[in-house]
Amino acid sequence: MVHLYKLNGYNLALDVFSGSVHALDEVAYDAVSMYETHTSAEIKKALLQKYHDRDDVTEAELDELLVEIEGLVADGKLFTEDIYENRAFDFKNRHTELKALCLHVAHTCNLNCSYCFAAQGKYHGERALMSFETGKRALDFLVENSGSRKNLEVDFFGGEPLMNFDVVKRLVAYARSIEQEKNKHFRFTLTTNGVLLDDEVTEFANRECHNVVLSLDGRKEVHDRLRKTVNGAGSYDVIVPKFQEFVKKRGDRGYYVRGTFTKHNLDFTNDILHMADLGFTELSMEPVVCAPDEEYALSESDLPVLFEQYERLAEEMIERKKEGRPFTFYHYMLDLDGGPCIYKRISGCGSGTEYLAVTPWGELYPCHQFVGDPKYSMGNIYDGVTNLALQQEFKLCNAYARPACRDCWAKLYCSGGCAANAYHATGSIKGVYEYGCALFKKRIECAVMLKVADALAQEGNADAAF
Amino acid sequence: MKRIQTLKTRDLKESVKNGGCGECQTSCQSACKTSCGVANQQCEKCMHESK
Repeated sequence: MVHLYKLNGYNLALDVFSGSVHALDEVAYDAVSMYETHTSAEIKKALLQKYHDRDDVTEAELDELLVEIEGLVADGKLFTEDIYENRAFDFKNRHTELKALCLHVAHTCNLNCSYCFAAQGKYHGERALMSFETGKRALDFLVENSGSRKNLEVDFFGGEPLMNFDVVKRLVAYARSIEQEKNKHFRFTLTTNGVLLDDEVTEFANRECHNVVLSLDGRKEVHDRLRKTVNGAGSYDVIVPKFQEFVKKRGDRGYYVRGTFTKHNLDFTNDILHMADLGFTELSMEPVVCAPDEEYALSESDLPVLFEQYERLAEEMIERKKEGRPFTFYHYMLDLDGGPCIYKRISGCGSGTEYLAVTPWGELYPCHQFVGDPKYSMGNIYDGVTNLALQQEFKLCNAYARPACRDCWAKLYCSGGCAANAYHATGSIKGVYEYGCALFKKRIECAVMLKVADALAQEGNADAAF
Repeated sequence: MKRIQTLKTRDLKESVKNGGCGECQTSCQSACKTSCGVANQQCEKCMHESK
């Protein structure tokens, strides 16, 4: 399967099953488009007719082009067959050791954001803080169930995890104390709204956290509209200086400034650019996921505007890179050469198998987005995963599990999509959240285009007709 | 004339043989938390090999 598309002046071909990416001139683009459905003679005839006024489109040139295409097919870089489908379930059955926990250390929050899927941190339950003993048992549970995996990830999440900072510090100290003996390496992430970010937290996070996610929605009026304090005031002025100070001290360690966009800021690219203008370079912006009747919910009619925004963002990134002030957008990060293997691409995020969420009371859920939904309770950190049927369902939820994904070119980039989004949109984790798919595909198209633009610029071919 | 420029990419078919160690990061953990994208994750093995 080949995905052909045009974007920002580039003609692109993505060979789905090999992962190859090709930049084509318009003649090659037409030839590849016709390759599977037409004979060589038909392709040549059609192209000679279409490009009759071009000196560079001759029969000999087209013969050369067809040889080039055939060479790519023979090398397994174009029109590659799907050799994975029949192995997909084997893939999923191979590695199911636990490797990541989302630790809900605080089911409470010092902000009252309207769109929060955690419902002001409470996840539709009681306010609670995780005790050190519960967190410690969760870390032991992770180690015990991680098999031979060395790298283990723990995200301190909430609500607002800094409302339980003392326990966070003690848990990190505990984890570090057992790393050597257990032959494990913990990577911690802290996801925070920034209200309680101070020098002590900064020093701690820069020492211990592999990644820090800082929540900011962009422009002040956008951020303050939905991210309010419990008293109803905006939080932008409180957190932005703290984030700037934090990032200044962060050095080259990982962080993301992450926002959510809604119906109220369909021009979300301006919010991303605002973040960049504030001095942040590692950026992420997510479409809000909520019930369709919320006043800030995104709707079908917004899609063309959102597509335009993603394209504008990509173009702006090219410009800013040229100007020497680049920034990273999480969804446009692609490592074409050193990216995920096919196992990862098929099996996806690992929710319910490799990745679990732990509530303040030690209950286990497939991921943070299922927390509080009794149907998705998987067990607890003391007895382990007891809902084995549910675990199996997640184990088999992969890029090949959904008939709707069968002919989709993007399935090895999204692994079939987010199980939680699918569940909330369709009632089944094996459903398809089509709205999310549309946005995801546009983002991958932009991401691949950026890679091509970058590669051609490096080779001095930026203005070539590819 | 050259009409097709092929970027250097990891061969997914080859990764059937050399992939699957499972040491890579959990996709959702790093930033998004509300969608699944695996394409932007790095391969832990490739990272070590390139160092």
